Amino acid sequence: MTHSIPEMRHYTFNFGPQHPAAHGVLRLILEVDGETIISADPHVGLLHRATEKLAESKPYNHSIGYMDRLDYVSMMCNEHAYVLAIEKLLGVEPPVRAQYIRVMFDEITRILNHLLWLAGHCIDIGAMTMFVYAFREREELLDCYEAVSGTRMHATYYRPGGVYRDLPEQMPQYKTSVWHNASEVEKQNKNRQGSLLDFIWDFSARFPKRVDEYETLLTDNRIWKQRTVGIGVISPDTAIAMGFTGPMLRGSGVAWDLRKKQPYEVYSKLDFAIPVGTEGDCYDRYLVRVEEMRQSNHIIRQCVEWLKKNPGPVIINDHKIAPPKRVDMKEKMESMIHHFKLMTEGYCLPVGEAYAAIEHPKGEFGIYLVSDGANKPYRLKIRAAGFPHLAGLETLVKGHMIADVVAVLSSLDIVFGEIDR
Amino acid sequence: MESLLLVAGILLKIIGIVLVLLGAVAYLVLLERKVIGFMQSRVGPNRVGPFGLFQPIADIIKLLTKEVIIPSASNRYLFLVAPIISLGTSLAAWAVIPFDQAVVLANINAGVLFVLTLSSLSVYGVLIAGWASNSTYALLGSLRAAAQSISYEIAMGFALIGVMMAAGSLNFQTIVMAQSGGVWHWYWLPLFPLFIVFWIAGVAETNRAPFDVVEGESEIVAGFHVEYSGSAFALFFLAEYANMILISTLITLLFLGGWLSPFQGIPYLDAFFQHVPGFIWLLMKLSFFLFCYLWFRATFPRYRYDQIMYLGWKVLLPITIAWIVVLALAIQCHVAPWFIG
Repeated sequence: MTHSIPEMRHYTFNFGPQHPAAHGVLRLILEVDGETIISADPHVGLLHRATEKLAESKPYNHSIGYMDRLDYVSMMCNEHAYVLAIEKLLGVEPPVRAQYIRVMFDEITRILNHLLWLAGHCIDIGAMTMFVYAFREREELLDCYEAVSGTRMHATYYRPGGVYRDLPEQMPQYKTSVWHNASEVEKQNKNRQGSLLDFIWDFSARFPKRVDEYETLLTDNRIWKQRTVGIGVISPDTAIAMGFTGPMLRGSGVAWDLRKKQPYEVYSKLDFAIPVGTEGDCYDRYLVRVEEMRQSNHIIRQCVEWLKKNPGPVIINDHKIAPPKRVDMKEKMESMIHHFKLMTEGYCLPVGEAYAAIEHPKGEFGIYLVSDGANKPYRLKIRAAGFPHLAGLETLVKGHMIADVVAVLSSLDIVFGEIDR
Repeated sequence: MESLLLVAGILLKIIGIVLVLLGAVAYLVLLERKVIGFMQSRVGPNRVGPFGLFQPIADIIKLLTKEVIIPSASNRYLFLVAPIISLGTSLAAWAVIPFDQAVVLANINAGVLFVLTLSSLSVYGVLIAGWASNSTYALLGSLRAAAQSISYEIAMGFALIGVMMAAGSLNFQTIVMAQSGGVWHWYWLPLFPLFIVFWIAGVAETNRAPFDVVEGESEIVAGFHVEYSGSAFALFFLAEYANMILISTLITLLFLGGWLSPFQGIPYLDAFFQHVPGFIWLLMKLSFFLFCYLWFRATFPRYRYDQIMYLGWKVLLPITIAWIVVLALAIQCHVAPWFIG
């Protein structure tokens, strides 16, 4: 009898779902040879909430809140695609002021998303201080969310035909408490004396300096470059073939941005640039996103300037679609009936189908809506930007090391709310 | 009777050193959380006691009262021995560390060698822990630790050779006294590249950021001690911080004149600070390096495992070897003021 050499096998292990860098509930089966990745098999579905199916059982206007919960770090952008799809089928167009408000909040959301992405990316690569810095800025932007919608996350602010209400004239103020005395509170309230627009203006004036600060920590940092340059490279052709969109595609040098290619709302009137990378590696995607934050800030400033000068309605006056004023409801019979019908039955969409896509912070986020003429969608399909990105993970990480998987994974900017839906 | 007293005396000294060290470790942890907190525009712990000063005590109580979970697939005996090796070696190294002139537990002639040996041995704690846990992440962590320690010990050893050549001794007392004469006489100046290499290697040797791939929170969760809990984890934790203090002290002793006053040789100032005890200077110097440890952690991203190897073998090692040649020439030519003797 001869002894054969035992078969050599690669190591296979679970990366997540209980893993600090798994970005939510990703279960990644990694096959490694030493530390080199042989294959990476992402398993999805652990956060599946059947959003698409749920939407089929509810009147159109009841599902806006579900959209917030898809990509739960860029809430209003998800709503945007959904209300755009409804508006397309209804054939209505929101007032210009509402369009500017939407664009402004889309860009605020983009900064929110990119800041969280930067925070996560940095802490995954080990630069933990950036995490806290990014959250410091997010705090103020979430205050803007809170000022218009009452919540910091799931806003449900965009409505078919406009937005829920006009921007507040007065920013909410901090009050003294056991932890913060009068002088501290005064400091906190310093930039909250005016309207929301003043608050955003103040923020947007300070923000570019903050981005410079991040860049001093990262952009020319040798370790940061060693960890990101040449990692997770994807060529423009492969990126297009795999359905990459957003910064993942622009990082490879393809200047594809729906805000420019098929402008929606008022993007065609605004001045902004599309940053593109050259190499298609993690570092380029980082640079693209950082520049996008600057561009978003630029857009926000243009919107604030316009909004300050041009008051007007923020939602259409058709009470079959948009609810009547609260005051009217109390006094006018017709308004009350409108409100009641709208809240219980909603409205019917004409038979047909519509696809509305926006340039979401993560890429192309689209809503495909099929209506059979009822007050509920016959079918709702969400095109999540992150899904193709995650599907491309194996292509990106093959041959790299375990530490690079973490870097690449976080450079994808995936959020499981939208991937699992 | 006399020998009994001697043993009792030594035991007392050991207990004294260990207690002070453990106290220092506990408050170093608090300092770390505070310092990094301020660097990150947070406040850090401030709930337990005034300014959070009792936080370490609360942490210790928590860690000691928690259950030590032993994974059923692990090797029970090795699993428990590993943290003891880790802490044991990092404490034993303190036996030869002088705190002031002639204030040392064991003034042995091979002091530097003794410390180097123990720091090499301490990797066994990490290796065994990773192996005995029978967990993928722990195994990966301990493999990284083994590779990293071996690589950086070589660079560290060569840096030490430079110091030995300059001082002509392996005894810490002699090494420090050879540097007397003021700031410009300390070895950081003639041995500057070695000083930097030793510093970097020291950070890598203690597995601290940016070389913390052994624990690599975001990659291999907690690395070698992922399966440890309660007091077994506390031992690893203590060992890591005790090693940080040890490395800081070593850098101070070898390159920054240990307990020597920085004002030596400066008229008036020298006399003015004459009565400051040596260990105060030592403490101040080593605190600087401890602070840098925390500063690095708050600032730098983490290296990748193979990049650490690259840095160790292809950058640090050649630098040390090259500088040893330069140093040998300098000693041969009796370059003043360091190598006149």
